[in-house]
Amino acid sequence: MTAVLEARSLGKKFGRHWALRDCTIDIPAGHVVGLVGPNGAGKTTLLKLACGQLEPTTGDVTVLGGRPGSTPAQLARVGFVAQDTPLYAGLTVAEHLRLGARLNPRWDAALARERIAQVGLVPTQRVGKLSGGQRAQLALTLGLAKRPELLILDEPVASLDPLARREFLQALMEATAEHRLSVLLSSHLVSDLERVCDYLIVLVDSRVRIAGELDRLLASHHRLTGPRRDPDRLPADQHVVSARHTERQSTYVIRTDAPIHDPAWTVTALSLEDLVLAHMDRRPEQPRRDVLEVRR
Amino acid sequence: MTWLTWRQFRGSAAMTAAALVVLTAVLALTGPGLADRYAAGIAGCVNDGTCHEFFDRFFDDHQLAFLALTLVVLILPALVGLFWGAPLVTRELEAGTHLLVWNQSVTRRRWLAVKLAIIGLMATAAAGVCGLVVTWWSGPLDRSAIPELAQMSPLVFSARGIAPIGYAAFAFVLGVTVGILVRRTLPAMVLTLAVFAAVQIAMPLLVRPHLMPPVTGTFQLNRENVDAFHLPRGGGPVEVFLRTSAVPGHPGAWVLTSELLDPSGRTIAGTERSSGPSATIARAIPVSTTSGPCAPATGPPNANVCVVEINRLGYRQQATYQPLERFWPLQWIETGIYALLTLGLTWFSFRWLRRRLS
Repeated sequence: MTAVLEARSLGKKFGRHWALRDCTIDIPAGHVVGLVGPNGAGKTTLLKLACGQLEPTTGDVTVLGGRPGSTPAQLARVGFVAQDTPLYAGLTVAEHLRLGARLNPRWDAALARERIAQVGLVPTQRVGKLSGGQRAQLALTLGLAKRPELLILDEPVASLDPLARREFLQALMEATAEHRLSVLLSSHLVSDLERVCDYLIVLVDSRVRIAGELDRLLASHHRLTGPRRDPDRLPADQHVVSARHTERQSTYVIRTDAPIHDPAWTVTALSLEDLVLAHMDRRPEQPRRDVLEVRR
Repeated sequence: MTWLTWRQFRGSAAMTAAALVVLTAVLALTGPGLADRYAAGIAGCVNDGTCHEFFDRFFDDHQLAFLALTLVVLILPALVGLFWGAPLVTRELEAGTHLLVWNQSVTRRRWLAVKLAIIGLMATAAAGVCGLVVTWWSGPLDRSAIPELAQMSPLVFSARGIAPIGYAAFAFVLGVTVGILVRRTLPAMVLTLAVFAAVQIAMPLLVRPHLMPPVTGTFQLNRENVDAFHLPRGGGPVEVFLRTSAVPGHPGAWVLTSELLDPSGRTIAGTERSSGPSATIARAIPVSTTSGPCAPATGPPNANVCVVEINRLGYRQQATYQPLERFWPLQWIETGIYALLTLGLTWFSFRWLRRRLS
C-alpha cells in the first residue's frame, strides 16, 4: 500500500515564526491517523499543507502521490473539514449539498441525502441557524459525499458538547469502515482520538515527536518506577521519554522494543493519554548543566 | 462554480438591476420631453439670435437633474469596487468559508476566474447601461451646458459615453486585489475607495490632457472668450476678464490653458489685485481709458468699440485645448487604459491568490 502522506523536511514559516519545521513523516494508507499536540504546535499548519491550502516554505509533501491542491483531480481525492467547520451561513442545507454536487465530479448524492436524513437535518434550513453539532455533521457529510480517498479533519469536535462529539466520531468511524478511506484528524484532546484512531502522530513545538501505529506505540512504552537512578545507567535500548525524580525514587517513561528484566523496576503500561502527555512533557536537554557537572 | 457564484451574488445583482430598471424607466419617460423642449427652444431662438439666453435658461431649469445623474454615473463604479470587489475574497476569509470552497474539486484559479468573469460582467454591464442611458438623456443639456460643465469638462466627461464601463471594471478588480492583499473587509473597502478616488482624480488632471496632443491656438477677443471688461473711471489700464474655459469657434472644447498675449506675443502676467468672476483670469491692458475708444468719460462706455481697438492693437487669447470632436477618441483611449489596468490587476490577483493566500 502506498503512503497517503509523505513529507520530507517539510517546514512552514509565517513571518519569522516557524509554524512547522523539519517534518519528515510517512503515513501509510488505510489508517485513521490522530494528530495530537498542544495548541499552537503546528497541527493545523500540517493539515493545511496536506490539503494544499498552504505552500511549504521548505521541503516538500506529497499526498496520495501528488502535490496537494495542484489540480482538480488531486483536490477531488482529498477531503478537508476545517476547524470550526466553516459553512455559508446564508445558504440552506440543501444548497450546500448542491454546492458539493456542482463542485465535485465524484459527488455521491445518495450518500449525502441519506446522511442528512440520518442526522436529522432539514434540507430547507439555513445553515446559520444550525447548532454546532449539526454544522459539524453537515461539514462531515460534504467531506464524505465528495468520496475522497483521504479525509482530513482539523479539530472537528473541538467546539462540540460531549454528546455531539460522540455522535460525530461515531459517524466518522462508520463512514470510514464503509468507504475504506484513510482519515487524518487532529485534536488536542487525547480521549477523542483514543476512540477512533489506530495511528498516532505527536506534534510538539512545531516538530514531530513521535509517529506510529497506536498498538505498537502502546506496547513499546513503559513506565518504570523504582529507586533513584540516573538516566545514563539505563540500558542503551531504552529511550527515555520523560523522567521524574524525587529524593529516593525515579519514574521514567521509556520506549523500547526489548523486554525489561531489571527487577528493581516496577513496570506499568501506559494509557494513550499518559503516553501523549509524556511526549509533550519532555523538556529540552539542558547542556549547560551537564557541562558544569563534568567539570566538577 | 457558476451556480455558486450566482447563488452568492444574486441578491445584490437583483437589487442593482432593479435600481437600473427604475433609473432607465424614469429617463426613458422624461428624455423625449426634454429633447422636444430643447428642439422647440432652438427653433425659437435661431432667428433672433437669442440662443445664448435660451441655453442658459434651459440648463438652469434642469441643472439639478443633470448634476444628480452625472454624480450617479461617477459613483456607480466606486460602489462596485467597494461592495462587489473588496468583499469578494475577504468575506470568504473572514467567515473561513475559503477553506470550504477551495477544498472542493475546483482550483482557486478557476474559482477566481468564474467569480471575476460573472461579477465583472455584471459590473461593466451595469455601468455601461447607466452611462449610456444618462448620456442619451443628457444630450440636450450637454449641448446647452455652461463651459465648466460641458461634455468635455473633466467631471462630465467621466460620466458620459463608455468610460464608466472601464471605470467599473477597474474598480471591481481593484477591490478584489486590495481584498486579497488586506484580507479584511472594512480596511479593504476603505483602501479601495481611497485608491480609486486618487486614480479618478489623477486621470483628468494629469493623464487625460495628454492622451492626444492638445491644440494650441490664438484668438481675437470677443464675447465668447471675454467675460467682461472693466473700464476704470479714474483712468488706468483696462481690465479684461478672460475666460479660462472657452475659446471662440470651438464650442464645447476642453480648455487646458488660457492666457492673454500682448502685441509682441508675450504673456501678460496677472496683477496683484486681479480678481474677477469665477473661471476667468483678470489681465490689465495698458490702453488709455481717458481718451480714445476705451474712455468711458467721453460718453456711455462702449465695450464693443473698445474690443475692436484692443484687437486692432494685437492683444490675443492664447489657449491650448481639446476640441469637442475628440470626445469619442478620448473616450476610447481612456477606456482602453482602464482596461489595461484591469488586466494588470487581474493577473496580479491570480498570482497572489495562488501563491500567498491561505
